Amino acid sequence: MFITKYIKEVYLGIKSLLVGMKRTGYYFTHHKEIITQQYPDNRDTLNLPERFKGEVVMPHDEKNEHRCTGCQACELACPNGTIKVITQSVLLADGRKKKAIDKLVYHLELCTMCNLCVVACPSDAIVMAQTFEHSVFDRTKLTKILNNPGSKIMDGIE
Amino acid sequence: MWSFSDIANELHIWLNKTFNPTLTLVIEMVIAGIAVISLFAVLGLVLVLMERKVSAWMQIRLGPNRVGPKGMLQSLADTLKLLVKEGLTPNGADKLLFNLAPFIAMIVAMLLMAPIAFAKDFQLWDLNIGVLYVSAVSSIMVISILMAGWASNNKYSLMGAMRSGAQIVSYELSAGLSILTIVVLTGSLRVSDIIQSQADGWWIFKGHIPALIAFVIFIIAVTAETNRAPFDLAEAESELTAGFHTEYSGMKFALFFLAEYVNVFIVCAIGATLFLGGWMPFHIGNWTGFNKVMDYIPSSIWFFGKTFFLIFIIMWFRWTFPRLRIDQLLNLEWKYLLPISMINLLLVTAMAILKWHF
Repeated sequence: MFITKYIKEVYLGIKSLLVGMKRTGYYFTHHKEIITQQYPDNRDTLNLPERFKGEVVMPHDEKNEHRCTGCQACELACPNGTIKVITQSVLLADGRKKKAIDKLVYHLELCTMCNLCVVACPSDAIVMAQTFEHSVFDRTKLTKILNNPGSKIMDGIE
Repeated sequence: MWSFSDIANELHIWLNKTFNPTLTLVIEMVIAGIAVISLFAVLGLVLVLMERKVSAWMQIRLGPNRVGPKGMLQSLADTLKLLVKEGLTPNGADKLLFNLAPFIAMIVAMLLMAPIAFAKDFQLWDLNIGVLYVSAVSSIMVISILMAGWASNNKYSLMGAMRSGAQIVSYELSAGLSILTIVVLTGSLRVSDIIQSQADGWWIFKGHIPALIAFVIFIIAVTAETNRAPFDLAEAESELTAGFHTEYSGMKFALFFLAEYVNVFIVCAIGATLFLGGWMPFHIGNWTGFNKVMDYIPSSIWFFGKTFFLIFIIMWFRWTFPRLRIDQLLNLEWKYLLPISMINLLLVTAMAILKWHF
């Protein structure tokens, strides 16, 4: 019937508005929820959210080994050519040749922190770091080589 | 204990002793004018800061916290900035109307201050049609907005002004009908009579559910009348840059900005007077002991407390709800608020005749 539909609409409308007001009212009274970081003031005690994306890094373990196989999935995934994977073939102990990375070049000045390379990587070799103070006086310093000199791939990563 | 009315009386007696009656009247008018203007200035500063803090906390931000202690001088600094900015008049604009519009907005706000009772026996003009006067004068507000939008020679401004016209014409109705419910219960249009009738309890409690419905409709309608979100179609930053005040800058913009906040204060003061008893302390029927204790809190604190509570509620609306589209806005008024408030008025009239209210 028309009138019951009308009353139901009014009731549901008011109810949904009250749900919204309850949420903002909760935020208004609970100041611990505030996420603003007063950056230069609390530089030492910054509390960044887990998903904050500062730059792409390649973690190395204590034996100077990384997980990158040189498959170039990140290079293909990057929408603006930020990553260049330069590969070489290395001679294994048993005489076989195998593809490995020589350099993983990362152009920070082109990066939009879209996270697509990290998602594309099949062996979790690269991650997003939380560092964000990237300003330098010379822009060539923004072109970074992610793998450490002399590093090699971890055992068991294909 | 001194109060606003005592100060006003002392001043009146002293002026009458010192000057002749005509001069006394002129001096009193000047004093009232200065008082209203300084109240506007203070209200502008306080409400802008309050809005920014409330909005920040509701959006999990910090809000202004750099200028002065806890950011309390932020709005003063903003006012200084606006004062030294250039008040530009666009080339194609209608110069007279363009420069007149902000002043009309301010004059309307000033006129509306007249019948508001700020404290016990402290009122500029207790005229016998106070409530009618308020609803009549507040509709002049739309003329300043239409004037500003038309004179700016800018399509955004014109769109904003036209939307504002449609909006105020429709929402005046339900605001008026919800004011009428209290007039029906009180039997008087005089502001002091309405407040006096709430001496044994505020209308929002005495009038049962119909008064509560009228109160909710009143709050919704005045939010629309003052052009604030979720009814800010006249400004609509994301659609019309700034709507009717797109072309304004400097102090002329500041006058529009101030007029908005003063209007919010005025409609909340009217709402507090009609539904929450104005300066009347919280009284419950015949509990004389309880009522005595409540009387110790000064009446001006009651008035400003209630008004700022309503202002907070309107700010809460603004920072929670998304903006309505123009057809949704008109649907809400003509299909929901107006029929409901008409039936509500009928209920209240029956209640008043049968003396069902307390």
